[in-house]
Amino acid sequence: MIVIAIISLGLMGAIGAVFLYAASKKFEVYEDPRIAQVQEALPGANCGACGFPGCAGFATACVGADTMDGLFCPVGGADVMSQVSTILGKEVDMAEPMVAVVRCNGTCAARPRQNQYDGTRSCAIASALYGGETGCSFGCHGFGDCVTVCDFDAIHINPETMLPEVDEEKCTSCGACVKACPKSIIELRKKGPKSRRIFVSCVNKDKGAPARKACGNACIGCGKCVKECAFEAITLENNLAYIDYTKCRLCRKCVPVCPTGAIHELNFPPRKEKAPEIEGTPVVEKTI
Amino acid sequence: MLKTFRIGGIHPPENKLSAGKAIQSLALPKQVIIPLSQHIGAPAVAVVKKGDEVKVGSLIGQANGFVSANIHSSVSGKVNKIDNVLDASGYRRPAVFIDVEGDEWEEAIDRQEGFVKAFDLTSKEIIQKITDAGIVGLGGATFPTQVKLTPPPGNTAEILIINAAECEPYLTADHSLMMEKGNEIMTGISLLMKAVHVKKAVIGIENNKKDAIAHLQHLQSNYHGIEVMPLKVQYPQGGEKQLIDAVLRRQVKSGALPISVGAVVQNVGTAFAVYEAVVKNKPLFERIVTVTGKEVANPGNFKVRIGTSIQALIDAAGGLPEHTGKIIGGGPMMGKALASPEVPVTKGSSGVLLITEEEAKRKPVMPCIRCTKCVNVCPMGLNPTLLMTSTEFTNWDLAEKNHIADCIECGSCSYTCPSNRPLLDQIRLGKGKVMGIMRSRKA
Repeated sequence: MIVIAIISLGLMGAIGAVFLYAASKKFEVYEDPRIAQVQEALPGANCGACGFPGCAGFATACVGADTMDGLFCPVGGADVMSQVSTILGKEVDMAEPMVAVVRCNGTCAARPRQNQYDGTRSCAIASALYGGETGCSFGCHGFGDCVTVCDFDAIHINPETMLPEVDEEKCTSCGACVKACPKSIIELRKKGPKSRRIFVSCVNKDKGAPARKACGNACIGCGKCVKECAFEAITLENNLAYIDYTKCRLCRKCVPVCPTGAIHELNFPPRKEKAPEIEGTPVVEKTI
Repeated sequence: MLKTFRIGGIHPPENKLSAGKAIQSLALPKQVIIPLSQHIGAPAVAVVKKGDEVKVGSLIGQANGFVSANIHSSVSGKVNKIDNVLDASGYRRPAVFIDVEGDEWEEAIDRQEGFVKAFDLTSKEIIQKITDAGIVGLGGATFPTQVKLTPPPGNTAEILIINAAECEPYLTADHSLMMEKGNEIMTGISLLMKAVHVKKAVIGIENNKKDAIAHLQHLQSNYHGIEVMPLKVQYPQGGEKQLIDAVLRRQVKSGALPISVGAVVQNVGTAFAVYEAVVKNKPLFERIVTVTGKEVANPGNFKVRIGTSIQALIDAAGGLPEHTGKIIGGGPMMGKALASPEVPVTKGSSGVLLITEEEAKRKPVMPCIRCTKCVNVCPMGLNPTLLMTSTEFTNWDLAEKNHIADCIECGSCSYTCPSNRPLLDQIRLGKGKVMGIMRSRKA
């Protein structure tokens, strides 16, 4: 009995094996082994910052593409992209490292609250309803939609200022917070040499008087920085100054002339000669 | 059995504190701030500049496009400036500031008190007068009236439905108007019937306004083709699609307009504005606003010029009560808390509700217990809890498939939820996103 059972089961197994082998050969889908290699090199965060659905999607796109134009993993940055370039033997366009920058410095102290929002703690919902708790309808709500979407624990609300602060070490410039912010306050900017950056930390488009009344740190659109800049990097539109980071040479001349301290400089060494004492000279903040 | 809509609905406490109160005229303010966008659609373009003299009824904002509305001065005086002002939406929008001097009206406006019934105008002329007067739907949605009266090609109106349900708790503005201006409203309705070429009109009124029903029923014999229909007290009876279902037993398809079932719906306040515009040549520059609340000393219905501050209305009703938690523009169900009492009254302001700190308190949000109460009360037959979660998880495909764009934002789901979940907050956000996606797909 046992022998019959062994033989019959063995036979069935053998037939099945032959069938499966034949089927696997017939229906084989060829997958470029380089896709797996590229995927191995990628960070594996599946954050979607590259514009593809996850790292696997990006790897497939890289392998399938003729040139690497427009294909870049902002999370992995230059390191990862050079690895990908080695695997595929394709030239990779090395984008400059970027970092998320919060362009609002309307701290609780500078921006007095005029009403109280008691609805769902979500910036998207609050801004769909109204302008916000302060007189500035452009500024940060402080409910932390950017914090929620960050996959890298790189952005946090400072409980004192109620403004988000970016951890430069952790920020991968994936842009999730940029998309999540309903006020379009967060911008990806060039990280700059030694992480030195200068930017206008305000997005208020109101005229000077209402802007100033709503927030002591607001850009009032006076245009002093525009006149000061020797490189035409600063433009003034709708009562709001903007520094083009591709043109800015980091000379820092615009920073002390700003009457409200809306222009921030980051990671610069302290100024050697004492800057002329202007009322409201901005405080150099380490991380924002 | 009184008629009502067939799906969902709730019955919140009515609290019509100012019912039966006569309409009081509010004193002229020192300055009015008239926003240039008081309607759905493109904002009007200012046609006055600083220093210009204007009279009551002068055109100050020209409609910009088909879906837009003219804006008129509500006072006489001098234009102080055109600047951005915080409006009820909580954002700064352009507005015309006018310093009041005297009360001089445009000559064309007939200021006689008497009621005029006779009119001899064609449909086109009526619609033109409505367009010129800048009339918008006064129920709160502020959709330009002339657009509704011009059905898209291929559609013909069969019936005019007048929305006098006033299903929002607390509000009594339409009620007081029906009591005092019955004949004018009936004439306005006749004009609207002529404008859209229909022989029949139905006025839908919730049965908690028995005096108004009796009053209009008494008048209806003098007007051909107008019927007064009492409706069950059920929120949101005044929703356009709900009202059509209640009156006609017809359901408007998802995404379709009421005209697809042959109905044109207008608010009763709009009918009165149409009477004034067509018969008296009076543009829309004042309206009735209910100021109410349990702690309010003197709740009432006030006739107020557009652009007056909400604060002036509150003062007229006896001032801000001590423990006010929120000032709500509109009714308690669909109204919105105002960021400041300094915002101006606009064409869409139907009420000002002052609720106490106790009433305004949000209850703690608990997890969903799958009780399906929200599903049962949704008057559009949607699944609110599913729509809320699909918004939370940004699953826009799922939200669209489940017709999030059909939500009328009545708030019945949030009202009924035993776990106090902010259903409408999330759904409104999701609806905006999904409608944006749908528009971009079309474009």
